[in-house]
Amino acid sequence: MAKEYETVIGLEVHVELATKTKIFCGCSTAFGGAPNTHTCPVCTGMPGSLPVLNKQVVEYAMAVGLATNCDITQNCKFDRKNYFYPDNPQNYQISQLYLPICRNGHVDIETESGVKKAVRIHEIHMEEDAGKLVHDEWEDASLVDYNRSGVPLIEIVSEPDMRSAEEVIAYLEKLRQTIQYLGASDCKLQEGSMRADVNLSVREVGAEKFGTRTEMKNLNSFRAIQHAIEGEKNRQIDLIEAGKEVVQETRRWDDNKAESYPMRSKEDAQDYRYFPDPDLVPIHISDEWIERVKAAQPEMAPEKKVRYKEEFDLPDYDIGIITGTKQMADIFEETTAICGNPKKVSNWLMGETLRLMKETGTDPEDLSFSPKHLADLIAMVDKKEINSSVAKEVFEKIFAEDIDPVAYVDEKGLKTVNDEGALRKTIEEIVAANPQSVADYKGGKEKAIGFLVGQTMKAMKGKADPGSVNEILREVLAQQ
Amino acid sequence: MSDILSLTAVELGKAIKAGTYTAVDAMKAVIEQIEKCEETVHAYVTIDKEAALAKAAEAQKKIEAGELTGPLAGVPVAIKDNMCTEGMLTTCSSKILSNFVPTFSSEAVINLEKAGAVVIGKTNMDEFAMGSTTETSYYGVTRNPRNPEHVPGGSSGGSAAAVAAQECFFALGSDTGGSIRQPASYCGVVGLKPTYGTVSRYGLIAYGSSLDQIGPLCKDVTDCATILETIASHDPKDSTSMKREDTDFTSALVKDVKGMKIGIPKSYFGEGLQEDVKEAVLAVAEKLKELGAEVEEFDLDHVKYAIPTYYTIADAEASSNLERFDGVKYGYRAEDADELHRMYKKTRSEGFGPEVKRRIMLGSFVLSSGYYDAYYLKALRVKALIKKAFDDAFAKYDIILGPVAPTTAPKLGCSLSNPMQMYLGDIYTISVNLAGLPGISVPCGTDKNGLPIGVQMIGDCFAEKKLIRAAYTYEQAAKEV
Repeated sequence: MAKEYETVIGLEVHVELATKTKIFCGCSTAFGGAPNTHTCPVCTGMPGSLPVLNKQVVEYAMAVGLATNCDITQNCKFDRKNYFYPDNPQNYQISQLYLPICRNGHVDIETESGVKKAVRIHEIHMEEDAGKLVHDEWEDASLVDYNRSGVPLIEIVSEPDMRSAEEVIAYLEKLRQTIQYLGASDCKLQEGSMRADVNLSVREVGAEKFGTRTEMKNLNSFRAIQHAIEGEKNRQIDLIEAGKEVVQETRRWDDNKAESYPMRSKEDAQDYRYFPDPDLVPIHISDEWIERVKAAQPEMAPEKKVRYKEEFDLPDYDIGIITGTKQMADIFEETTAICGNPKKVSNWLMGETLRLMKETGTDPEDLSFSPKHLADLIAMVDKKEINSSVAKEVFEKIFAEDIDPVAYVDEKGLKTVNDEGALRKTIEEIVAANPQSVADYKGGKEKAIGFLVGQTMKAMKGKADPGSVNEILREVLAQQ
Repeated sequence: MSDILSLTAVELGKAIKAGTYTAVDAMKAVIEQIEKCEETVHAYVTIDKEAALAKAAEAQKKIEAGELTGPLAGVPVAIKDNMCTEGMLTTCSSKILSNFVPTFSSEAVINLEKAGAVVIGKTNMDEFAMGSTTETSYYGVTRNPRNPEHVPGGSSGGSAAAVAAQECFFALGSDTGGSIRQPASYCGVVGLKPTYGTVSRYGLIAYGSSLDQIGPLCKDVTDCATILETIASHDPKDSTSMKREDTDFTSALVKDVKGMKIGIPKSYFGEGLQEDVKEAVLAVAEKLKELGAEVEEFDLDHVKYAIPTYYTIADAEASSNLERFDGVKYGYRAEDADELHRMYKKTRSEGFGPEVKRRIMLGSFVLSSGYYDAYYLKALRVKALIKKAFDDAFAKYDIILGPVAPTTAPKLGCSLSNPMQMYLGDIYTISVNLAGLPGISVPCGTDKNGLPIGVQMIGDCFAEKKLIRAAYTYEQAAKEV
């Protein structure tokens, strides 16, 4: 009988924090910018410069820790991790090893197939990002850009509690949702503001000891993570089945080739010579400070779900999608506050918004239209100033460019024609021009009316209210 | 012009204010002296005469306009070459920084310049402040102006020698394990290492970050208090900098030690201490007793552990602090290295001298995996015990008095061949750094060969004023004899 294997997965997730300035100096963290323009003596490692901690980094790290049920280390400090590489201007990274700011937390996850479990968090620590090496093939030289050097990161280290790619994705989505709700980061995998390294081993089902693990890097989408987990699981099982050993090493995933290759093995593992950074004083986090951060926590998704159910009586599925990201929930709440009709707002989000997001590949956190414009659109439909197909067309513009629907409809002359005389005249003309359809309708073919409605709408250039068209058409036909 | 050179910094400041001399006169006198002595003494790595004269002229204008009124306005100063000076070469006396021109100045230098002091140049030192003789400099040795056959001490040997040779009116040094107090003692000048956190370390190129502190080297205690008052500041750019309200150090220039309790650690007067040094230092205690102080011998614990503790902690920090000198961003880069890690190795092999390499290796070793607990962590625990021993002592005494170094200045070329012996010479100074305390070195006579001897007074954290009062009282009394 073939052996059955279990996959054991732990994650190291790096999240770039949303502070305006770097962790140890006043330089901007803004993305882009010409190389080495967001730099100073501190973040370029000039002799004599000294780091000064940005307090906001501590607050964000605490907020994430509290939201993931961690204990806060009230006396924590920074350590130096020593290694030589040009993207690291001091040749040591300021990080936390001995006393990380958060420890012993957990995140409750639920997978798509309904598995519910808690993934334990070993620790969360604060550290600085490195610069970026740019390889200039033309000049055959490497250049360094220190704009990213000193951008604050937290690293969230889980226990090896996940057993499948599905659980990993659920864990990451939960982390992302939580951190976005806190406003601590935008957590974009593609842009690198959220990065996950996967530690994976396999063992026979029922075995107590963990197998030898590998660490997989360069995973910049959920899809890549899923593929890498499948690929690495199979690679390790194949090795074991062939009687070979899994080597403890760091591997780099190539998503285009759908395979990984080793970066460095344990044999040449570096000795980072960690020690407490003497340039930074220990951080004392008082009970009051913790309480302050706790009190400032926003309403998170689970609480929102309960409240939406009570307050708006929406379907669970819709609530799940809307509260899934803070951006979506914010749009929902703000639009509802203006127009007072949660069902209609929900319909626009669940229908057209999701459709357009899918079509354009937009992530929820990138939704940029204003609640006011959606509320105005809903009001115009309510007042029958525009019909639903015009409304959809206008919404596409709102979605893409956040146009003001009132001005847009006005300018393009899209308002529904409510002049009953004109409508009746057009219908009479259509009926006169289509005797066959009229005969079909009279002969009991109900469907034929659809054709006549369509012809009328066409003649009205879409600006008629379909309800009125139907009503008048039936009247006219009845008179035939 | 020659009498101008014999003035102290504060006397010169007064004379400039009174119009007896101008800041330019003072600078010209110093430059003349440099031209006369520098060939023998070699106190400086970099001298910028033209810039110094221009800055002196500028200071003079501001003094005349009433914009600069402080006691150091127009006074020429020399800066140890491990403090960044904007636009002026800063080498740490190392080949690896042979072309390094900082884009900003150290906070201590900025404080001096704001007060109107005029920087002449940068003084020689042991490479990266690692050494006790100024012989490990890449730019050649500095000689002791009191006797050119002897070393000036170190690592702030250039600063001490420049003051002693009247090649400046005062200087800044840095002290990680005695690097201000010991050369001050060898050269017969006053040197003070303040309480850790009193003077900003921003712009000081780090050796042992938790021990480094900038302080004055100068002609007398009055200058010392005045300079310290000028350079002490709370600097938000240095997380270890402290807010102190009591930096009016000149208010402690009072000739009175009545009732002051002075402790003499017995273990500081044991084996290895040169006999005439011992006599001179004990004579200071006797003098203070005559003047009304209560003097008592006591046992200071853990003294013998200070040296291994110091070299473990300082070297560990240094091994990390010196990683940034890699040939990538600034400083020396080895030629003909075809690959990154070969470039690193070649640059650092060629750029650092033997003493620096020895300490980087020691420091890397004590931090390496498997040894961290046994060495580095243990050293931190012993450091805490040493601090505790001093806390106990300061519960009983206002100051602790002892020698600065076991001997007077050794002859050139005798020390480096036996680094262990050289390290042992730091026995009386390094525990002060480990405990973060202030310490002052004041001249107290000469040995049988005419070489200066210094007495060290150690205070509790923030007790600089007690040190200044005791040192000033002794200095004034010694003058009267």
